[in-house]
Amino acid sequence: MAGGLLAWMVGKWNLGLTRWVSLLALVLNLILALIFWIEKYSGVDTSWWLHFNVPWIPSFGISFHLAMDGLSLLMLLLTFFLGILAVLTSWKEIQYRVGFFHFNLLWVLAGITGVFLTMDLFLFYFFWEVMLIPMFFLIMIWGHENRRYAAYKFFIFTQASGLLMLLAILGLYFAHGNQAGIFTFDYFQLLGTNLTPGISRWLMLGFLAAFIVKLPVIPFHTWLPDAHSEAPTAGSLILAGLLLKTGAYGLVRFIIPLFHDAAVEIAPWAMLAGVVGILYGAILAFSQTDLKRLVAYTSVSHMGFVMLGVFSFNELAMQGVVMQMITHGISTGALFILAGFLYERIHTRDIDQMGGFWKKMPFMGTMGLVFAMASLGLPGLGNFVAEFLTLIGAWQASHKLTILAAIGLVPATAYSLRIVQKVFYGTQINVHELHDLSLREKLMMSSMVVVILWLGVFPQPVLNTSKPSVTNVLQTPSGQAARSQEIESVVGKAMKGGGHDE
Amino acid sequence: MMSREDFLSVMPLFILTSSAILILFSIAVKRNHKVIYAITAVSLITDLIYLFTYDAPVKRIIEPLFIFDGFGQFNFGLILATAFAVTMLSYAYFEQREERKEEYYILLILATLGAGVLVISKHFISLFLGLEILSVSLYSMIAYLRKRERSDEAGLKYLILAAFSSAFVLFGMALVYATTGTMEFSGIANYLSSFSDLPPMMTAGFGLLVVGVGFKLGVVPFHMWTADVYEGAPAPVTAFIATVSKGGMIALLVRFFTTINGYHYPSLVLIFTIVAIASMFTGNFLALRQNNVKRILAYSSIAHLGYLLVAFLAGGQLGVEAISFYLVAYFITTVGAFSILATLSDKDRDAELMDDYKGLFWQRPGTATIFSAMLLSLAGIPLTAGFVGKFYVVAAGVSTNRWLLVVMLALNSAIGLFYYIKIIATMMERYEGKERLTDALHPSIYIVSGVTMSALTLSLIWIGIYPDTVILFIKQLLLNL
Repeated sequence: MAGGLLAWMVGKWNLGLTRWVSLLALVLNLILALIFWIEKYSGVDTSWWLHFNVPWIPSFGISFHLAMDGLSLLMLLLTFFLGILAVLTSWKEIQYRVGFFHFNLLWVLAGITGVFLTMDLFLFYFFWEVMLIPMFFLIMIWGHENRRYAAYKFFIFTQASGLLMLLAILGLYFAHGNQAGIFTFDYFQLLGTNLTPGISRWLMLGFLAAFIVKLPVIPFHTWLPDAHSEAPTAGSLILAGLLLKTGAYGLVRFIIPLFHDAAVEIAPWAMLAGVVGILYGAILAFSQTDLKRLVAYTSVSHMGFVMLGVFSFNELAMQGVVMQMITHGISTGALFILAGFLYERIHTRDIDQMGGFWKKMPFMGTMGLVFAMASLGLPGLGNFVAEFLTLIGAWQASHKLTILAAIGLVPATAYSLRIVQKVFYGTQINVHELHDLSLREKLMMSSMVVVILWLGVFPQPVLNTSKPSVTNVLQTPSGQAARSQEIESVVGKAMKGGGHDE
Repeated sequence: MMSREDFLSVMPLFILTSSAILILFSIAVKRNHKVIYAITAVSLITDLIYLFTYDAPVKRIIEPLFIFDGFGQFNFGLILATAFAVTMLSYAYFEQREERKEEYYILLILATLGAGVLVISKHFISLFLGLEILSVSLYSMIAYLRKRERSDEAGLKYLILAAFSSAFVLFGMALVYATTGTMEFSGIANYLSSFSDLPPMMTAGFGLLVVGVGFKLGVVPFHMWTADVYEGAPAPVTAFIATVSKGGMIALLVRFFTTINGYHYPSLVLIFTIVAIASMFTGNFLALRQNNVKRILAYSSIAHLGYLLVAFLAGGQLGVEAISFYLVAYFITTVGAFSILATLSDKDRDAELMDDYKGLFWQRPGTATIFSAMLLSLAGIPLTAGFVGKFYVVAAGVSTNRWLLVVMLALNSAIGLFYYIKIIATMMERYEGKERLTDALHPSIYIVSGVTMSALTLSLIWIGIYPDTVILFIKQLLLNL
């Protein structure tokens, strides 16, 4: 699927039809993924559904190995859904170099898809980097005033941490190779590696560096507000909705299973960082006047929950994390889209310049209210489920930190309400030519509302889907090694039976 | 006495020499840029084809000077291919400049010959011969555009410093010879094997040799000439210095070091470690502050040599493979980058200021895309050869536990990114100036440079996506090192 993704986009830029083509391609992907989900949903017990494995650079034991389980599938659905929205939001906003814009957009999405699917560490790093450059271009070319600075900062932060991860990957590669005699980057084979605590700790830190910068966790978050506020709407949407999730995904998929003991060791600190992130992000969000920056800080706050949940090591919290990844993607994405709509109309992101928009744009106001509520975690909307699960899970791990994290919900309420109050209520300060949402915009927003409501009221399908992968992650390393061998044999058979079974 | 096989083995050198003479004669008959250019290109290609079709015995030693093995063959081939690419660029570049363009090609071929001799030498004499043939040709190549002040300055600077460094090399050789009584690499290795540590005289000798080698490589602290020479020299010549001259030296260094088993001597390893780290940092930091693209590339080349030294210090089979691979990637990238510079340059000066690149993406998208690809490869971003090269180097470093160097490398790559993307960012800026005019040359000239550049880019991406062919090729050649 990722291969297909790459193939169709290259020829497409510079055509007048670019928008339609990219939209169509993404819709197609979404439908494919959805069909796949419905098919597999009924009574699945194996946790890995798809395998596609061809050798790529055999001299290094690198193969082009993609696989899909519940977690990846959910993330893919999110990717394609937000991808479609990103194309739609830029329908009017981007008038400059349209072809190249979509080319970059689709490349980012392809990179992200790759990250969610790959089961080969080298390939993982490869996709990890692939999604950076087009993102850099997106910010650099189509961003707002201060775009150059933001683009540099984003690029250098993520690249530097990525290099540390590369070192760790190589370290793991050689550690495994020296032990087992097989030099490979394959995830399933590396799972069984027995590392001494010292090495394991260092290698984990390497991986952790990449993921927590991406996530971002507190001291490494400074790139995020800049990048988010300067990027074009579609860029912010993808950054918040998807790029941050790759960090979370990395934590769940790689750190916990590969370095279980070292992760347990570092867990209290990681959870602490998460909680600090929740509080700090929320407080900073409250004091922002730039709408996009505000939303960006809420992301910092929400991602704190992810950190907290992942390092609680239990199923509930982990399920909460998965939910959080999805719902945050949608709710924050929606807020960024709203900010984009406002910017298109009044050309400022400063909320002091706004106010009283409800009268002129009731539909937009309603939408704003819904997603602000979602962001503060109102029951009935998806985020509530996510945060609730995470907190229950974390309670088992640490009482104090959970209490602190729960307190973080209070400023969340404050900043969310502040958005609504400042933008939509209050007196009208400036007179703007305002018109309510167009049909396209209404369509986008309503689809997001439907999804977030569905996630809030009936999250069970999602939880069921992610369950096998989550339990898998939390198993002890020895159990996992056995399991991975079993998987290997299954894969081996599948490979013999004609390559890939897509 | 030379046997027939010996003669066949040194054939590549003969081809180069005779084509230089052929060019001399043809200039005497009639000056014609096109003809000379064709002769040069054809002879380089013939040489390259000969090199890889001639089925060399596993290892061929011509006492006492030369050794032909997989490593030598590989590097010789690489040098020839690069020289060929440089020739392709030179035509368009010189066509619009100097009235006497023909002698340039003689110098180019002679410099290639010098580098070729370097990579197959196993004796101090051949080493020095190769070094001098290379350097002397380079002096005049750098100053070839006589009417430009900076070109002259660069040539003179290079002349003085290179002469100095040659003196160092000679003195170092003398000291080594005085102690060991031999100038052959294997003889020196034999002598050293009876000692557990380096004798003081040898340490001094090697130290002096390092100065000479370091100068040619342009590593810190012998890097002072690079920026000025890169800036002053004509763009194709700069490409040549950055690739052939440095690559030849690295290959020689690897051969010498592995023969005498230098990894046993902590003092030597320490020296190179310091040089490597210092080069990475100095190169990258100086490049950060630059606004001149040629100078940025000069400083970045210092850093890249530092990366190469990491692989060199890692040693072993993987290290040599990494060096070879990195050289391929680096050569393609550097020649590509300078070819862009050359095509953008006009009659009076080379395109080297940031302003020359502003908004290039929207005016000449093809050129700008190629240049971005080259820069991204230098920065080591996936999908390009540079990434695989860097990956290889890091892998080599990690495999022998040189963590300090590897971490430094990672750190420096991050710093390096900054100035590469600065150039790319400049190209993407919206440009609101007058249309740039390009002098109309014969369209076929553009086709030639265009084809060369596209070929370079394609190979860059091909190696980046599917490096296995090259890796296997290198491995196979290195089997008999």
